[in-house]
Parts: sequence; structure tokens; C-alpha cells
Amino acid sequence: MEHLNYKHTARARATGEKKQALVGVVASGNLEVLVERVLPGNECEIDIRTAAEGFGEVWKEVVADFVGRRSPGGLKFSINDGGARPDTVALRLAQAARALEGDGT
Amino acid sequence: MSAASAATRIDDALAQSWYEASARQRVDALLDRGSFVEFIGPERRETSPHLPLFDLPEQFDDGMIVGRGRLDGASILIAAQEGRFMGGAFGEVHGAKLTGLLRAARELRTPVVIAFDTGGVRLQEANAGEMAIAEIMRALLEARLAAVNVIGLVGGRAGCYGGGGLIAACCSALAVSEQGRISVSGPEVIETNRGVEEFDSKDRALVWRTMGGKHRRLIGGAEIFVDDTVASFRAAAIALLARAPALTRAMLVAEQARLETRLDAFGDCADALDIWRRLGIADAASVPAMSYGEFDALGARITEVIHDAR
Amino acid sequence: MSDWDKGRRARAARIAAGARFAQGKRVDARDATALLEAVIQPGDRVCLEGDNQKQADLLAAALIAADPAVLHDLHMVQSGVVLPEHLDVFERGIARRLDYAYSGPQSQRIAKLLFGGRIELGAVHTYLELFARYFIDLTPQVALIAAVSADRNGNLYTGPNTEDTPTVVEATAFKDGVVIAQVGEIVDELPRVDIPGDQVHFVIDAGRPFFVEPLFTRDPGAITETQILTAMLALKGIYAPYGVRRLNHGIGFNTAAIELLLPTYGERLGLKGKVASHWALNPHPTLIPAIESGWVEQIHCFGSEVGMDAYIRARSDIYFTGADGSLRSNRAFCQTAGLYACDMFIGSTLQIDLAGHSSTVTTGRIAGFGGAPNMGSDARGRRHPSEPWIKAGAEADPGEKAALRRGRKLVVQIGETFGEKNTPMFVEKLDALELAEKLKLDLAPIMVYGDDVTHIVTEEGIANLLLCRDADEREQAIRGVAGYTDVGRARDKAFVQRLRERGVIRRPEDLGIDPLDADRRLLAARSVKDLVHWSGGLYAPPSKFRNW
Repeated sequence: MEHLNYKHTARARATGEKKQALVGVVASGNLEVLVERVLPGNECEIDIRTAAEGFGEVWKEVVADFVGRRSPGGLKFSINDGGARPDTVALRLAQAARALEGDGT
Repeated sequence: MSAASAATRIDDALAQSWYEASARQRVDALLDRGSFVEFIGPERRETSPHLPLFDLPEQFDDGMIVGRGRLDGASILIAAQEGRFMGGAFGEVHGAKLTGLLRAARELRTPVVIAFDTGGVRLQEANAGEMAIAEIMRALLEARLAAVNVIGLVGGRAGCYGGGGLIAACCSALAVSEQGRISVSGPEVIETNRGVEEFDSKDRALVWRTMGGKHRRLIGGAEIFVDDTVASFRAAAIALLARAPALTRAMLVAEQARLETRLDAFGDCADALDIWRRLGIADAASVPAMSYGEFDALGARITEVIHDAR
Repeated sequence: MSDWDKGRRARAARIAAGARFAQGKRVDARDATALLEAVIQPGDRVCLEGDNQKQADLLAAALIAADPAVLHDLHMVQSGVVLPEHLDVFERGIARRLDYAYSGPQSQRIAKLLFGGRIELGAVHTYLELFARYFIDLTPQVALIAAVSADRNGNLYTGPNTEDTPTVVEATAFKDGVVIAQVGEIVDELPRVDIPGDQVHFVIDAGRPFFVEPLFTRDPGAITETQILTAMLALKGIYAPYGVRRLNHGIGFNTAAIELLLPTYGERLGLKGKVASHWALNPHPTLIPAIESGWVEQIHCFGSEVGMDAYIRARSDIYFTGADGSLRSNRAFCQTAGLYACDMFIGSTLQIDLAGHSSTVTTGRIAGFGGAPNMGSDARGRRHPSEPWIKAGAEADPGEKAALRRGRKLVVQIGETFGEKNTPMFVEKLDALELAEKLKLDLAPIMVYGDDVTHIVTEEGIANLLLCRDADEREQAIRGVAGYTDVGRARDKAFVQRLRERGVIRRPEDLGIDPLDADRRLLAARSVKDLVHWSGGLYAPPSKFRNW
């Protein structure tokens, strides 16, 4: 297992009122994302534990693109990864952000 | 198929399948909207102490969701297994959450719904998992002795195998869909121990007609056969909570008698098809292909298996 | 004295040699090897019918049982290298040279034998090329074929899996060759005659059906959200604007997702009747919902598919069927249709390079191409116009006068940026090139050439290569949809942004698609059982696809 942690400053604070949400499941090629509204201001943290080691560079880019595209200020994302592909990671992050905004589950 | 029914199919495709839904989606859709309150939620990160030793990823809820909510207005406790995380298998934390829920049910006199989705005990924490199964069975039966109904729902990807099959057998009543399978030993286990001549685990038609929802319904192993939608499972849970039998000595005696009768009636059958024929289903071979509606109508004719004993 | 009938006399001699084991045309299965040893001669070109699906398995087993002292140096000319026996003939020293088109399940072993020098490779063909060469310089002296049944005169019924048989027999029987057929049974009256008896010289009753593999069944249960997203992009970004009515689909999960989105997402886009109505396609079970919803007018098939027979029989308005009601497939005709009559091919691949060349050959696996290159190439001989063909041609060559401008077939590669086991679909250098170097081949085994590819669809978006004006633009357009692969991450971001502004690259948001809407609930069928329901119980899937 590899542990990765990225901290960003988002453009804006995430909208919505929900405190937390969880999407996905830990399985082969899949991951779970727990998102919690626990950070001050525009801070954003993504904490990853992954079964696929050596993909730090890819994670870094996926995470940076996600933070750039959405505005997840104030959110902490905790990820348990069963070796998901980058497109699945990006999709789950987006699903988690939307779940917290409250316009879907 | 006519254009109109094709359009209906499109609507159907947008309906939520129980089989495809995650454990969280099942809980949300099963309960009255917005009523779910989770105990020991993922934010508590109460994960398995064993999996890191094997360098395996954890899941924040350890694949078991427990909490309370309302079902058709009534307060209930609910548990749901996530069949995609380690096959929904029972580990120490996973099991302890269900044990705790069932003990609370006895104290609170609140009925329980368990959405099973499990291959049995988690290999990596076998001892803790086996103990958990025993504790759950005890807690479940103690709750039932205190007149608390415990309803099991089976229709997930992993089926309901191993210790999950034992726990299901302790429930007040079960609802199962076609996709659901209920058994103790799984197909691969039987094949490994008794040979491919005894059971070919790759013959999926054989697996389903031996352990699948339709067979369980026909021989009385499950009270209600449901369509694979969360709406059907919700309706079944409501119906079963209203009519589930109490656990009494008389009921256990009746159950023993029922099982003896079943053995007498079907003990010499080599295949589920033989059992179905003996149940009076002339075209037994057509059963697996039947739609939910056709099978439900057939199930309604096979009335003698509906029995309070189980 | 003239000597213009050596071939005819040689055939007569072969038939006479074989007749020792025959009663009329019938040969007992136990004498199969002896028959082959009598009829075949060392150095012969032999077609051991291995099609994409149907296999002359009894004859394959009989051939490897032959004595290599009697039968050796054979030149195998067959489209499919599918059964282990197809390679055993080389290991046993019975055959030496091979010309083929497809080797799915044997792709690893064939690579090993090629590296080890046990097989002398003629070429890896496309189906149409190999069939064409049957009539020019690779005509079999002996064809070993498979059919469902024969009558006493040797007339054959192939059943729905007609596939390559008429082509193989045509080339062999009319050029002095010998045709030997294995059949599942011998009957008094055939349901229909697919191969006339005067083209068949020996018939062996195998007493069981030939082997056939369900190759085209994709379980809707295994389709992912990302695949659904690529399918939505393809429908909205390609099918709709070009109005593609005549087409062929590959056999991957992305195109299966498209088939299952037609009655749902496609319906919402208002595309019914405007796209995907006429097909060159095997009987894909995943197309059943679209057929039942009235999307499809007509399908011609290369082969059949296990479990689809009764459904096809009941939908003769859609499929080509014989007087008996069962499917009549024909690989050569269907490949020709795919090449010339279809406006689009869309399929998956394993590797794409920066020029857009793609290949399913990876180091250690030589799968061959089958028909993908015939479908996935622009037919330069095409002369008839159609709306999508003209529109694509105009995009590629806006400067040319319309009346002189060639149209273009849409050749679309669709897939996720990372495939199985997280292997990237985009690479700097194709494994096919390394393989060509290792084996000293004149040509690298490229499935679809870059200059034939018009669009690449991934979850990141669509690259329209028709709009690229030079190699740099092509490269950045490809990098621009290559996601987080090394190729994708090495993109020139500003360049890619300019391509996007020109519509060369279109992201989901450019097409009004929210990736979060890519949900399995959009699939018209989410399980094989759903497909059975859609078919009204007519589709009978093999047991391995069942969960009921």
C-alpha cells in the first residue's frame, strides 16, 4: 500500500450544506472517496491509500485537474483505492464533489 | 415487442436495480426518504485491524453499514453489506457492527432489516470472522426471543453464502430475488471437496437452479420472491415485518417437522428440476427463464411451502 | 500431344486414393486420418477450415494424427488459427508454412512458434485478402470443411454459421481441388443446400456438431460508466452530426454500450430512424433492444452467434435467412459490404501511436486482424456518394472542388485511455513495430493505418483527425484525448486548447454531456437476462453467461 497526500488551495469554497458523502467502493479497479467539509477557507486536501504503487505522478495530475475544474474549497477527500484507472478516479472525485453539493447521490 | 412496451422498457431501465445498487444506495432507497441515520459511519474510520497486515486496502465502513431509519413510517434498524468489498465477507469490525445492531434491537424492541450480500467469512480474518458469525446468530436469536422481527433481504452480487447463509436461516423471514443465492457451501467449495461430478461450479444454470432465488422460494427457503428492484425489496420488507412469526418452542418443533417432511419428499432427487416436477410443475425446465410475473404466479400456486415455521 | 488437364487428372487420382476408405462419398470417422494421408500430398496447400467461429475440429484432430513421414511440408491457408490443433500440425512437422488472418485464442502460442522458427510465415492477411488470394495464388489443393449436415449426395447444410465455407469451396472445387467435409449428421433431406454436392468429394459423419465459440456476446453487466461515457460521446459527437445509417461495429464493450444506448440515450437525442439502421454485423445479442425498439432495418452477418438462432429465425425482416428460416451468413460478402457499403467502422484497439496507427498485436501476442482492416479502411475504389461520406471528405479536403473530391469513410477508434490491467491505449511506439523488427517482417502488423483513422474517442473527448492539417496537429489531437497516459501527459496544453477551439478536439462539456450522467441505468439492458426478456425469450444464451 502506498500513501499519498496532496494539499491545494481551491478557487472558491464548495457550495452546499452537506457535511459528508461517500461514493464508490473498494474493489479491483475501483475506489471509495469519502468527502468531508472540515477544512477552513479554500483549503483542499486529498489523502490517498492505494494498492497500486508507483503512480504518484499520475495521481498528482488527476488531483490537480480536479481541483482546477471544480471548486472544492474546504473539503477533505479521503480515498481507499483498489487500483482504479485514472479515469475512474476522476469520475469518483467528481461524483463525490457533486454528492456533497447535494444535487445527486 | 410493441413500441409502447419498448417505451416501458426504457423507463424500466431507469429504475434502480437492487443487484446493481451499492449497499448505501440500497439503504437509502429502502428506507423512507432521508430517514437514515448511520451508526459508526465511514467518517469514524472504524476499519479492519487485520487487512493492513496483508497489505490490502481497507474500506471506511468495513463493508457493513448499520443504522436506524423509518420504513413506511415505522422505526427500524437496518444493516447492509457491500458485496463488492471483499465479496461482502464477514471480518471482525464488519461482524461486530451487526452484532451490536442486533443487541440494540433487543434492548429497543425495534425490528431489524438485514440486506445480505456476502460470500461468508473473510479469509484474512477467519477466526474473528467465524466468532462474529456465532455472536451474530446468538444476538439475532436473542432479539427474536424478545419478539423482535429480523427480516433478511437477498439479491446482491455476492449472494448469501457461508456464515451469511447460517445467519439468514436464523431470520424471521426472507425475501429473495432471482439473482439472490442462499447456501452455506458455495459452488466452488462443493466442487473442490466433492468433485466436479458432484457439482460443476462453472455450470451457472446449475448453480442458480440449486441455490438461486426461484428454487429457494419453491422449496420454502424464502417467504417472498421479489423482482430485482429496490421498490420490490422495500415492499417485501414492509410485508414481512407485518407478518413474520415469533420464535417459540412450538414454532421450532414445527420447523423440524417441516424439514423432515421436505427431506422425505425430495431426499432422493438428484436435481432441482426433479424437485420442481414433484412439486407439480409440469414444465419444470421452463422455470429458470420465467419472468418475475410468470414465476410469481407460479409461486402463488405452490402454496404448501408458505409456512410460519422456518 | 497437349497436356492441359494435369490438375483434373491429379484430382481424379486423389479421389481414387481416398475412395478406398469411402462408401460413395461417406467415410467413417475412424478412417479420417487414413483418408487425409491418402488424399493430401506433401507440400500441398491445405485449408483446414478454421473460421472466426466455426471449426472443423474432427478433421483438425485427424490431421495431427497423420504420420509426418507421409504428410509433411504442408502449406496451411486458413483464415482462423483458433484450435490448439491448428498449431499442433506445425509442432508435429506436418505443416511448415502458414497464411492466415486471425488467431485470437492462439495468439500467444503462434508468436512463440514464429519466434522459434517452427512456422514459416507467408503473411498475416485480412479476411478479404486471404479470400482473394484463394483465387489467385493460394488456391487450396485440399479443403477440410465443416457443416451441420449432409445428405446422401454430399449436399451440405452449413446452418447459420455459413461463414467462410462457400468461398473456400468455390476456390478449391473449381480449381481441381478436393473438398472433405465433416458434418454433425447425415440426413435424408437437408433444410437447405448451402454447398452443392458436386463440389464435395468426401463426407465424414462426426456424430456431433462442430465446435463453435460465442465470440460476440458481451455481458451488459460488465459495461462500465467510462465505457458508457465514450458511447454517449460517439452517439452525440459522431453518429448524430454525420447521420451514419450504414455501419459496422467492433466487438468490444464500448460499441456494445453504444448498441445498448440506442433505445435510451439515442432516443432522447432524436436519432431513431436517422442513424444505425443498416448493418454489416454479427448477430450481437446487445443489439436486440435496438432491434426490438424499431431502430434497425437490416443486418447482414459474417457468421452467427451461439444462442441467437431462434431469435434470428423470428426476425427474418431484419436478418438474411434461407428458405428454411435459419440465418445465412457469409464472411466474404459481409466483409465486402463492410468495406464498400458502410459509411462507418467503429471499434476498439489495444494500442494507438502518435500518428494514429493502431494494432492489436502486442509483444508476445499475434492475434491477427480478421476483418477489422477491411472495415477500418477507406475504400479507395468507392464511387457512390452518401451524406456522411461526403461530409467527412469535405472536412478532410475543403480546398478541392466538390465534384472531384473523394468522400471518406468514417473510421473511428473508441476506447478508454487505460485498458485492462491499467495498460495505456496510447503509446509512443507500437509493439507491432518491435515485433516486425524481431521477426524481420517487411510490414509491421498494423490493424488500422493512421491515415485511415478519422476519429478517436476516449473518455476525455473526441479527436477529429479529418480536421488536422499536418502531422503536428494530428499528434497533439491524439495526445489531447489520451488522458493521463504518458502520451497524454506529454501534450502541449496551449496547442491542444487551440485545437479544441477549432473543434478538432471536443470535450464532453463541449458536446453538452456531463460525465456524471454516464450511468448504467442508461443501458437498455443491464444483464444478459434483460436481453433474453427483450428478445421475448427467443435468445438462449450459453450457460456461462447466465445468472439465473
